[in-house]
Amino acid sequence: MSDKSYILPNPPTPNKAVEFNPGICIGCNLCVDVCPTDVMMPNPEKGKQPIVVYPEECWYCAGCVEECPRPGAITMLHPTQQRISVNWKRKDSGEYFRLGMKNPPPPNTRPPSG
Amino acid sequence: MSTWHEYIQATGQIPEWPYPINYDKVNEVMADVLVIGGGVAGLQAAINAVKKGVKVAVAERGHAKRSGSGGAGVDHWHGAVTNPRSKVTPEDYTLGCYESMQGWTGGNVRYIITKESWDTLLECEKMGVQIRDVDDEFNGANFRDEETKLMFAYDYQSKHMLRIWGYDIKVKVYEEARRVGVDIYNRMMVTSLLNEGGKQGGRIIGATAVDTRTGEFNVFLAKATVIATGGAGRLTLFSPEMTASGAMSDMNSAGVGQAIGWNAGAEFVCMEGSGPGRLTGLGYAPYSMGNASNTYHGTPIIDADGKEIPWVDPFGRELNTVEDRFIPQKGQQFQLGIGIGISHTNKEFALNDISADLPERLRKGEFKLPLYADLTLLSENERRVIFGMMVGNEGKTRIPIYDTMTRAGFDPGKDMLQVPVMPLEGYFNSCYWSGGPNTPSTVRMLGGGGFLVDWNLRSNLEGLYIGAGNTLFGGGCHGESHTTGRYAGRHAAEYARTAPEPLANRQQIEAERNRAYTTVKQGKDGNGWKEINAAIARIMRDYCGRHKNEMTLNLGLRLLDELKTTELVSAYASNPHELGRLLECQALISVGELAIKSSLERKASNSVLDFHRLDYPEMDPPEWNKLLPIRQENNKVVIRELPLDFHLKAPYATSYEENYQRYA
Repeated sequence: MSDKSYILPNPPTPNKAVEFNPGICIGCNLCVDVCPTDVMMPNPEKGKQPIVVYPEECWYCAGCVEECPRPGAITMLHPTQQRISVNWKRKDSGEYFRLGMKNPPPPNTRPPSG
Repeated sequence: MSTWHEYIQATGQIPEWPYPINYDKVNEVMADVLVIGGGVAGLQAAINAVKKGVKVAVAERGHAKRSGSGGAGVDHWHGAVTNPRSKVTPEDYTLGCYESMQGWTGGNVRYIITKESWDTLLECEKMGVQIRDVDDEFNGANFRDEETKLMFAYDYQSKHMLRIWGYDIKVKVYEEARRVGVDIYNRMMVTSLLNEGGKQGGRIIGATAVDTRTGEFNVFLAKATVIATGGAGRLTLFSPEMTASGAMSDMNSAGVGQAIGWNAGAEFVCMEGSGPGRLTGLGYAPYSMGNASNTYHGTPIIDADGKEIPWVDPFGRELNTVEDRFIPQKGQQFQLGIGIGISHTNKEFALNDISADLPERLRKGEFKLPLYADLTLLSENERRVIFGMMVGNEGKTRIPIYDTMTRAGFDPGKDMLQVPVMPLEGYFNSCYWSGGPNTPSTVRMLGGGGFLVDWNLRSNLEGLYIGAGNTLFGGGCHGESHTTGRYAGRHAAEYARTAPEPLANRQQIEAERNRAYTTVKQGKDGNGWKEINAAIARIMRDYCGRHKNEMTLNLGLRLLDELKTTELVSAYASNPHELGRLLECQALISVGELAIKSSLERKASNSVLDFHRLDYPEMDPPEWNKLLPIRQENNKVVIRELPLDFHLKAPYATSYEENYQRYA
């Protein structure tokens, strides 16, 4: 990481739309190929994860995630203003949970139908 | 490291455009049938044209594998009235829609949809889409047919709406298109249709497009063309930072099909119609919050103290059991779903729903906020089919909702999903996530209007066919797009088999090429596309909003022209992506002009079109009970009159079925 500061436009809203895990992503760019709005561009360095250039053009179809051959390499992140809205309450205990919370409950591992 | 900002912080380098740019290169593509738009409608058109033995090219704005409003998936299929268990006939279904709209929807298109919707779905099944409960996961459920394993939605008695596992439907249709030999051209921003002789109103013989990665110019020449594009979501609201993630169509929805059709002389009806912009994305992540509508139909809604909000039938009578929510009530023959392209549903066809007086009862304190969707109150089959089957297969739900929420611990068997907290009027419509009062009343969407087509789904222009959702007068949503695309592709191919070779007018092509590249070849100090798009949306909200008169409409036209001749003509695109977006702005202005000019011609207010002329305030005067097809000839508006039931009048036969047999 460079220590320099640059003159940059503000980070766009939403900041990311999707997040790459560089340890898993192999830079195959299949996600880049299928994105309907070119949210991402290939990294100039071959084999590295793509660069999210136009996050505000993402409509959150998650086609990139479905296309990815390396599970965990790419994660879809709803904008914070939408994540903060997704709240639920456990019926028997009365506990409150929300999408993106610090200490989430254990995952529900049941897969979707089909 | 994921973002551009992070990349620059880490490397100190600005990355160069990754694709080779060549704005001067021209590629020519010859085909028998050109399909514009590679969504579900376009690929169905292409597949069915190829089956007729012709060569087909598809020009797609994004990448056809996952693009389009239907590209993100689908959980149910409307109008499958010819399935072996349906109790509804094509005539009844068509009339239910037509009468609900008091005639303001294309009856010919609706009948074609109901006749072929089930056949289209069966073809999707052959392509690999799961449409039956083959794993017997829902064995014994009252919405499942034991023999066919079909799963019914919303109205379990009439059985014309089917639940399907469509999360990968676009991928399957795409794979089929590739398998049968469709040539797909991705990243094509189509800029114009080509007319024979270069004359507006002449036969359509292809189109021009700009590649939004390389900037190259593509000329498509074809004997027949199918327009299969989507809506114009960016016309009245442009705030993608807030809305893109919550919208049900992507950023490419710029009304390009309507724009190129209008500029080529195609005829439209009801483009003066509009409605509240409920699904413009100002609400919440689709399907992420408690609600009781559509995909969540039947879901119990409880208040903060656990008291359940009553479900009622369309006549306001309280329903006693959960089972009642899924069957027609006294006074109803069958129920129609929502999301079928009609803005009104008569009570005799409407779905049961959460009581519409909920806002008033909340105000009086009978129920306490916040509300919750309590799926734990349902049987395992009903709970699983809503959250697991439908949420999990509907567009933007498999990864964005099901996977994301279950990984975060949400369990529909244990947890109650909170409903948005909002001003009370928002609780009038049980699709609570869609926004309600979060969408200002100034934000409206075009509604119900589109290309006028005959029983072949051909436009007024020779060689131009339309297969699409709401781009088509009488069209609908997901399934309707597949079905009309399939029909239009078939008919375009039949025409192409005997049609003469397309002879390009080089002058028209050169003029279009010059127009298309202005913004990359001039001063770099011009406006960017977002600035222009936001201004277009502002003009449309102000001057073509809910209330209009001749003067405000003309002012709106003037301002669109101002924008075109000042800010837009001097705009700058620094790469092919921005160029594509600026070309879309030009398309949006064309659609805006079409909507305003259509509005000027209807000198009467109309309740079904939600059309309010302050200078003609009388609502629904009978002498204006007619369509006003509009087109351009020599760049001048030409209007004619057409009865609402034109599809059953000469030159057509007087019955739906007779016409279908004659033309299908």
